[in-house]
Amino acid sequence: MMVYILSFILFLVGLYGIITRRNLIKIVISLSIMEFSIFILLVLIGYIDGGIAPIITDQVINPTYVDPLPQAMVLTAIVIGLATTAMLMAIAIRLYRKYGTFDIREIKNLKG
Amino acid sequence: MNSLIPLFIIIPLATAFVIPIIGKLTSSFAKIITPAILLILCYFSISFLLSSNQESYIVGGWQAINDIPIGIYLVLDGFSKLILCIISILGFLVSIYAITYIKEYTSKNNFYALFCLMVAGMNGVVLSGDIFNLFVFLEISVIASYALVAFGVGKKELEASFKYQVLGNIASFLILFSVALLYWQTKTLNIADISNILKTHDSTAFLTFTQILLITGFGLKAAIIPFHAWLPDAHSSAPSPVSAMLSGVLIKAIGVYVIIRLFFNMFVFTYDIAVTITVLGALSMIIGALLAINQKDIKRLLAYSSISQIGYIIIGFGIGMMILSKGGKQSIAVLAIAGSLFHMINHSVFKGLLFLGAGAVEYRTNTRDMGQLGGLSENMPITSTTTLGASMAISGIPPFNGFFSKLIIIIAAVQANLYVLAALAVIVSIITLVYFLKYQKSVFYGENRNFKKVKEVPFAMSFSMIILAILCLGLSLIAIPSVREIVLDQAVNSLIDMDKYINLVIQH
Amino acid sequence: MSLIVKKVAQLITVFIFLYGIYIIVHGHLTPGGGFAGGAILAGAYILQILAFGRDPLHLKKKETGASISESISILTVLILAVVGLFIGTKVFFNNYLPSGKIGELVSAGTIPLYNILIGIEVAAALLTIFLALIIYKEEIE
Repeated sequence: MMVYILSFILFLVGLYGIITRRNLIKIVISLSIMEFSIFILLVLIGYIDGGIAPIITDQVINPTYVDPLPQAMVLTAIVIGLATTAMLMAIAIRLYRKYGTFDIREIKNLKG
Repeated sequence: MNSLIPLFIIIPLATAFVIPIIGKLTSSFAKIITPAILLILCYFSISFLLSSNQESYIVGGWQAINDIPIGIYLVLDGFSKLILCIISILGFLVSIYAITYIKEYTSKNNFYALFCLMVAGMNGVVLSGDIFNLFVFLEISVIASYALVAFGVGKKELEASFKYQVLGNIASFLILFSVALLYWQTKTLNIADISNILKTHDSTAFLTFTQILLITGFGLKAAIIPFHAWLPDAHSSAPSPVSAMLSGVLIKAIGVYVIIRLFFNMFVFTYDIAVTITVLGALSMIIGALLAINQKDIKRLLAYSSISQIGYIIIGFGIGMMILSKGGKQSIAVLAIAGSLFHMINHSVFKGLLFLGAGAVEYRTNTRDMGQLGGLSENMPITSTTTLGASMAISGIPPFNGFFSKLIIIIAAVQANLYVLAALAVIVSIITLVYFLKYQKSVFYGENRNFKKVKEVPFAMSFSMIILAILCLGLSLIAIPSVREIVLDQAVNSLIDMDKYINLVIQH
Repeated sequence: MSLIVKKVAQLITVFIFLYGIYIIVHGHLTPGGGFAGGAILAGAYILQILAFGRDPLHLKKKETGASISESISILTVLILAVVGLFIGTKVFFNNYLPSGKIGELVSAGTIPLYNILIGIEVAAALLTIFLALIIYKEEIE
């Protein structure tokens, strides 16, 4: 049970980072931390004690496989995470060029 | 097995990747192909809507084993047919409008490619039969929309896009988190299979936690108050065709649609959840309208009014859920849900039209400030007339479509003895009228100080606006019972009857 | 970059590239597959660019090539999937090729083909992202 709680704590660490950090890049990093805590949770859900990698071979008879579906989900989610992170970084770099700073306190044109 | 369903995803997805290749050779390819494919999708979706067959499609041909569905399912039932129709019709009109509007931007090919990608993602969300694929398609459409919001690459656009991305990513993580929790509990991802398993379960705290996570995640995507902070920035900074698409269909297809689909067809909803959803809806209805009054930027006003109108849609469904979970009269629930669906169609039509109109004003005058605009009705007669129609529709003046859908929701609220809700709906409708009168007065009427020489917008732009204005009037016909039977009843039935959806996927 | 970096990069790139290809073509037999292998391939390219290329014009050309090959490989995946609509059980994403024997390199029907195409796609996409960010930075300076 401990590991599940730890992954949830990691999620909260990411959330804390997003709320408190003032630097665009640090916000992106916090988002990544949040994301990966969920990936860890997903892999943990699929884990079975004593299970081996779910690859069919002739060597092992009646093997216990770990659940492959969460792993497939994590792989897909990593690809999506790559796209979102790339998008965020691209926007952050462009913001830096327009404003000359990564500080979100100085980037606030939109209000109301 | 009908092989047409995957085409809704294949065609826009393929177009999105053909455009960067062929677009390098001829510059006019993108702007011809995008409306063309969306017209084809319009034809298919309308013919689906008029036919009565509902079916599921198994991608890859992985048949169910012992009645447990494995593999990816695409499900076409009444509700998804309706949303598909909205997406393709508005997408078609917006893509025609964009032909001239987008001329001032560089890299037009990228615009159309992202547009197609967004449509493909939304179609995928609407058709997908399992929650993980739903998440994947949702991400496809929102990543495309992040890029489209920042398309102008000015200071404001970039800031809005960054805000949108941070909140959108948090929403996505919450959704992924709840997908993980659901998988943990049920060991399956298929919506029908999950609902089969959850039926036998008692409602536990764990399940309630998952439901709250889902409401928060999709609430963030649908911009229900208190999760609305990104919407006014993102929708007002995007190029106008994109704002029309975002406000018109994106927040419905990936926000409201999914909430409704999951709570009606997957969870056995409790009274508490129904009340929560209704209260959230009522809050967004009121606060959205109050915040809209004081706006100076025309597109920002429209964005806030989107929040308010989404509130109307949500409370309609909420009333239906409250009645169904208490075991009340089903006819009232049917009325409330039908009213909501009707308002959903109407909102995409008139909000699309209003954003296109605001885009036309911005295209000619290069400003969105109400203080500077004024008296444009003589110079831009088509824009002025169509926007006036849309404003009357959104504030609920007969004979426009908005009147009838709001009326149905209010009648349902009265019949369900929720008098406070009905009164609030009426009051918010009046507030809507107030700020749209202000909008009309300060943009199209009054004194024309700065823009004496502006001309009417080109044909491609006015064409879409005229069609949408005609739809604003024409959709009032849905209020007639025999028309309603064709358009709305399938959707209402598939929402109310949970077993119907399950039987569609798991054929015994 | 200095001569040592250039020489080492030259020597290592070949092995990284081969390793990426190995991961891709064995995707249906061992852990890995299109995405992991594609990321390694992109790594090889990026190493080359970091060690040698600083010419923005050249990079621009490379980016065009990368984005085109990305689109083409995705389209090929879609075509392979759509062909399934016409062969065998006539379903989208149908695995219509013979599945062969478990554990052999040529087996599992269309899955290795998808793996190879996804490998190219991921490599090209990562390279495009990297180049887009780099070119943007070059334009600022």
